[in-house]
Amino acid sequence: MHYGKDIGGDAMDFDLARPIYQQIIDEYKKKLIRGELRQGDKILSQREYAEKARTNPNTVQRAYREMENMKLVETVRGQGTFVCIAPEQLELIRNEMAGSVIELCVSEMKALGFTEQEIRVRLEQVLVNAKEVITDDRV
Amino acid sequence: MIEFKGVSKNFGRTRALDAVDITFATGKITGLFGPNGAGKSTSLKLITGLNRPDRGEVLLDGRNPMDSKVDIAYLPEIDHLYPWMTIRQAASFVSDFYGDWDGERYKDLLGFLGLDDEMKIGKISKGQRAKTKLLLCTTRRSRYLLLDEPLSGIDILTREQIIQTLIRDFREGEQSIIISTHEISEIEGLVDEVVFLDRGRVRLQGDAEQLREERGMSLVEIMKEAFRDAN
Repeated sequence: MHYGKDIGGDAMDFDLARPIYQQIIDEYKKKLIRGELRQGDKILSQREYAEKARTNPNTVQRAYREMENMKLVETVRGQGTFVCIAPEQLELIRNEMAGSVIELCVSEMKALGFTEQEIRVRLEQVLVNAKEVITDDRV
Repeated sequence: MIEFKGVSKNFGRTRALDAVDITFATGKITGLFGPNGAGKSTSLKLITGLNRPDRGEVLLDGRNPMDSKVDIAYLPEIDHLYPWMTIRQAASFVSDFYGDWDGERYKDLLGFLGLDDEMKIGKISKGQRAKTKLLLCTTRRSRYLLLDEPLSGIDILTREQIIQTLIRDFREGEQSIIISTHEISEIEGLVDEVVFLDRGRVRLQGDAEQLREERGMSLVEIMKEAFRDAN
């Protein structure tokens, strides 16, 4: 058993114009998607998280409770909170995250007046450029 | 639970509070926000029973604060400690008054805050004095903790330490904390509920997360908007 790396972070990391409990959940979802947290890993206790992020303990409690309801984690009385997620559920949140990132990108591009075709071309360009950068790094 | 029902309070010709209705829920951390002269300190003093309302009533778990036996720890904005005392002497002074003093916690907090209780209060820095005030309040296991401008004039590292102390010792469900401050950004993430006061009136009150959700703004921005609308 190991603790996931760098959970919590700083109070400054939160966007104060959005509900904080939502951002705590998103942070954990990202860690799960990236594989930084895996099945059976113990996560910080609510108190530890609140102290580390300098956040209201009730807010952290709400985030943890929702994560339990979403079947991402499970709390074992007296032992702590552990990652407990079915592979289908992980795939679901992975798709959901990807969807919201792409949708945000597309809607911003549309708001700037780009057509779907232009967006597609540019996206392709970005992907090609990214690939070149990676190849350059290897050289 | 603490309730203000139509509370007004004047000091001479100055109206400090004007027909104010507020509910401070049990088990929550409430931020009492507003500019200087908004009525924040007056509100806290009414809860402690140090002041009486001219009109309306303040109820502490359904009773008049003056008759209530409920334990309240109060951190006043002013420097109220005797300068000739050491921290230890001040602690023993406070512990003689209040049955909810927790000696174990005192030692723990002293270490966490990096204070040496042989130090004389008149000789320590402003930040250390602020920490001492906090130490003496939070060592008590009181149901209510009232903090009047606990961060004002304190350096950033000490502020973070004070905030961490509050989180560390907060007993969810049973303890209620009210923090008055005009520096909201510092404690945005710390509060469950907010009350915005302006010239003796409540401009806005509500759940911090819900306000962020509904308005897509930080509490600082929400307060600015509420005050703009009021003027």
